[in-house]
Amino acid sequence: MTTGTRRTTDQLDDVVVRFAGGSGDGMQLTGDRFTTSSALVGNDLSTFPDFPAEIRAPAGTLAGVSAFQVHISDHDILTPGDAPNVLVAMNPAALRANVGVLPKGGTILVNVDAFDERSLAKAGYEANPLTDGSLSSFTVYEVPMTSLTQEVCKEAGIKPRDAERSKNFFALGLVSWLFTRPVEPTLAWIQRRFADRPQVAEANTRAFRAGYHFGETAELFESNYEVRPAAFEKGEYVQVSGNQAIAWGLITAARLAGLPLFLGSYPITPASDILHELSRRKEFGVWTLQAEDEIAGVGAALGAAFGGALGVTTTSGPGLDLKAETIGLAVNLELPLVIIDVQRGGPSTGLPTKTEQADLLQALYGRHGEAPVPVLAPSTPSQCFDIAIKAARLAIKYRTPVIVLSDGYLANGAEPWRLPDLTTLEPIDPGFATEPNHRADDGTAVFWPYLRDEVTLARPWAPPGVPGLEHRIGGLEKADGSGDVSYDPANHDRMVRLRAEKIAGIVREVPPVVVDDEGEAVLLVIGWGSTFGAIATAVQRARARGLRVARAHLDHLNPLPANLGDVLRRYPKVLVPEINLGQLSRLLRAEYLVDVQSLCRVQGVPFRASEIESAIVAILGAAQ
Amino acid sequence: MTTSVPVTTRKDWSSDQEVRWCPGCGDFSILAALQMLLPELGVRRETTVFLSGIGCAARFPYYMNTYGLHSIHGRAPAIATGLATTRPDLDVWVVTGDGDALSIGGNHLIHALRRNVRLTILMFNNQIYGLTKGQYSPTSEVAKVTKSTPFGSLDTPFNPVSLALGAEASFVARTHDMDRAHMQEIFRRAHEHKGAAFVEIYQNCNVFNDGAFEKITGREARASMLIPLRHGEPIRFGAEGERGVIQRRDGRLEIVDVADVGEDALLVHDETRADPSVAFALSRLARGPYEPTPIGVFRAVERPEYGEEMRRQIIEAQEQRGMGDLAALLRSGSSWVVD
Repeated sequence: MTTGTRRTTDQLDDVVVRFAGGSGDGMQLTGDRFTTSSALVGNDLSTFPDFPAEIRAPAGTLAGVSAFQVHISDHDILTPGDAPNVLVAMNPAALRANVGVLPKGGTILVNVDAFDERSLAKAGYEANPLTDGSLSSFTVYEVPMTSLTQEVCKEAGIKPRDAERSKNFFALGLVSWLFTRPVEPTLAWIQRRFADRPQVAEANTRAFRAGYHFGETAELFESNYEVRPAAFEKGEYVQVSGNQAIAWGLITAARLAGLPLFLGSYPITPASDILHELSRRKEFGVWTLQAEDEIAGVGAALGAAFGGALGVTTTSGPGLDLKAETIGLAVNLELPLVIIDVQRGGPSTGLPTKTEQADLLQALYGRHGEAPVPVLAPSTPSQCFDIAIKAARLAIKYRTPVIVLSDGYLANGAEPWRLPDLTTLEPIDPGFATEPNHRADDGTAVFWPYLRDEVTLARPWAPPGVPGLEHRIGGLEKADGSGDVSYDPANHDRMVRLRAEKIAGIVREVPPVVVDDEGEAVLLVIGWGSTFGAIATAVQRARARGLRVARAHLDHLNPLPANLGDVLRRYPKVLVPEINLGQLSRLLRAEYLVDVQSLCRVQGVPFRASEIESAIVAILGAAQ
Repeated sequence: MTTSVPVTTRKDWSSDQEVRWCPGCGDFSILAALQMLLPELGVRRETTVFLSGIGCAARFPYYMNTYGLHSIHGRAPAIATGLATTRPDLDVWVVTGDGDALSIGGNHLIHALRRNVRLTILMFNNQIYGLTKGQYSPTSEVAKVTKSTPFGSLDTPFNPVSLALGAEASFVARTHDMDRAHMQEIFRRAHEHKGAAFVEIYQNCNVFNDGAFEKITGREARASMLIPLRHGEPIRFGAEGERGVIQRRDGRLEIVDVADVGEDALLVHDETRADPSVAFALSRLARGPYEPTPIGVFRAVERPEYGEEMRRQIIEAQEQRGMGDLAALLRSGSSWVVD
């Protein structure tokens, strides 16, 4: 950020703001509102909510700090930003936990009221950072947010203790002024959101206005800033998070297939919002069951699929462990089923609110026996919509469980999304069996549940209710064709291969991997899932340094695109950044005998583009 | 379009698969009882589903010429919940055993019962693990010597009827594999019930736990050891009805000689009592299948059925908000236009 003349508005290409406070301070809501008003201005944006697992972690401690980072821009951006330009710190702990990532020259807005001795001690400060000179490389604005909020609320007869809770709206108002955000949408939103609590609405409104006016009138800031609208493609846009997009994608898929949508799910962070969103949408004929456990969630979804519904279960790592046996049953039953795994830090309970990509090999191989399933991974929040539809499409067409690997970052992160033209979405044909498909030796027409389609190798889907198609299926091995229980060794071998061949054949539905190569690149950076934005940004920056680097991204992890081997072999060097210890690397090496290099970081947060950029530089040298 | 249900016989309900239970297994008589009963229930093969988990009993669907799903250990009630809620047109039967339903699948069973999912659950209780060749089960008596408990089992067994009542079941009954007529009467009642019906069937495993119920279900023993529960009638048993059940002032139930207390003192069975405590007390009358044991319907009360309620919510949402509009859904937050 540059210094302008006094009381002027300066232009910025982009800015990254990080709101940080205690976990009860409303930082997520504040960040979300700032994001929405930026979206309405027409900025491109990307968000990164970062919060502890505890609902109300001990106030004032480092463990309890909740942050929301948002990157707004007048051009196309792909990440929530490596580091904030502006840090809003509501207390000493929030400052201490976040100041480390703030680059020199960055701006800090602190709620100075919260910097008392006790709070400083709680945050582990021996001296007050506001006075000991430790922040000298930053521009620090000390604003008494709590007391000013209490002051404006007093006029409305609101007690200081109640008013104190609105201080996040003061911060929002101030930052809204600083970046010339429109105030009306937020004021209208406060009225709607707190309609049933008029006093809270009043306090928040007053705090928000006070914050805005403070920026305008206090002789503290030399200027404020404007981030102009980005040059978006024409169209209608909304702001969408990954979890929301998955829920909407599932509803759309069910509509495209003309099937009821049945979700069996057990609450788990960070997947629960999909359950919440679908539970609100009953008018779409959505059935949601909050099951007694993860196993029942997937079981009920499979039962609904047996009955002819689009069965879905949503979960995160620990739940995927528990569902493994039922997914194996679905592999054997060859029924459509969609499993959404919103990955989080593991193993075990791990880091429930933090992001990770370490369930890839589990999704691919985490079942006993030969039990292949298609695996898909969205790379951005909005792409979750398309991936959810694709997963349902494959599940239905090939009568198979399909696993979607989202993650905590995609789930909660938001970006603008140009609404798709729904009329262009291809319908999904459930292709239910309607009549017998085989002649028995005596000539009678019978139904064989495991007689396969010659092309797709999919078996018929015959939900109960049709006379003449009565049949029994189960987890025991079936005889090829008739579906009767069979212990015949040769039959088992054939069925194992048929199931594998069916899944491998889905490669015909997988678009070839597209390489972004400006020519003569000597390094390919390839990733999967939510690392997309960081990789693409890093590659852009490396090119700006004159490095010859190409980039590709995988949405389909099984089957992998048909051209992937050729693509990998074209480049002398291949780099795979992943938020795990090299799971895709292992897969690529095993499949293609290509010596890829891993860039692994497992810290519960997304990659910074700069980390990938450094790795590229390290491989290719500073300049070629 | 309503067409009359075709007339069927037992043969129509039998699949072409060879029945592979051990010769002499109690499961045969249960299968026969049901196959003979189904033609009388006015139901269709194509809308009938048998769903099971793992165990000897779980092979049941393969022998029924209906739709069937042989799933995984313990999970049948969960899988059936998804099926029965979304397909109210189907008759969904869950066939399970004491290990499947009460051990690995205990959680799913109790939740299907409390939700009152429209399922007819037949639990074959042989007090042993048969398919895995003879380990003790959650209904085996304490100190049972099996391959996995050579020094005797330590665990207190479940009483399945007590458990079901505790899980808010709206229909709970018990029958046994030696009495086809009684089984059929109970299956018929269970099938008619709106909601989850739980039926415990005492079933003899002649290979690994032979005679477990002999003391009460043997032909000579029955009259004096089985206490038939009949709605609206005094609870009495014995060849001449000479014994009966009374309720003490403190609520305890006791078996008495009718001659001692007089007929009017006997407890009159009311399966529709909202409060399940008397049904629970009846389920505790025998400590095991070696004392006089009640059979019949312990409890049959009306309670909203889960799938019907779910459907009602969907229909109400559609009436209030109209059929879901996808375009509007995607705009449910704020949208903006770039020209």
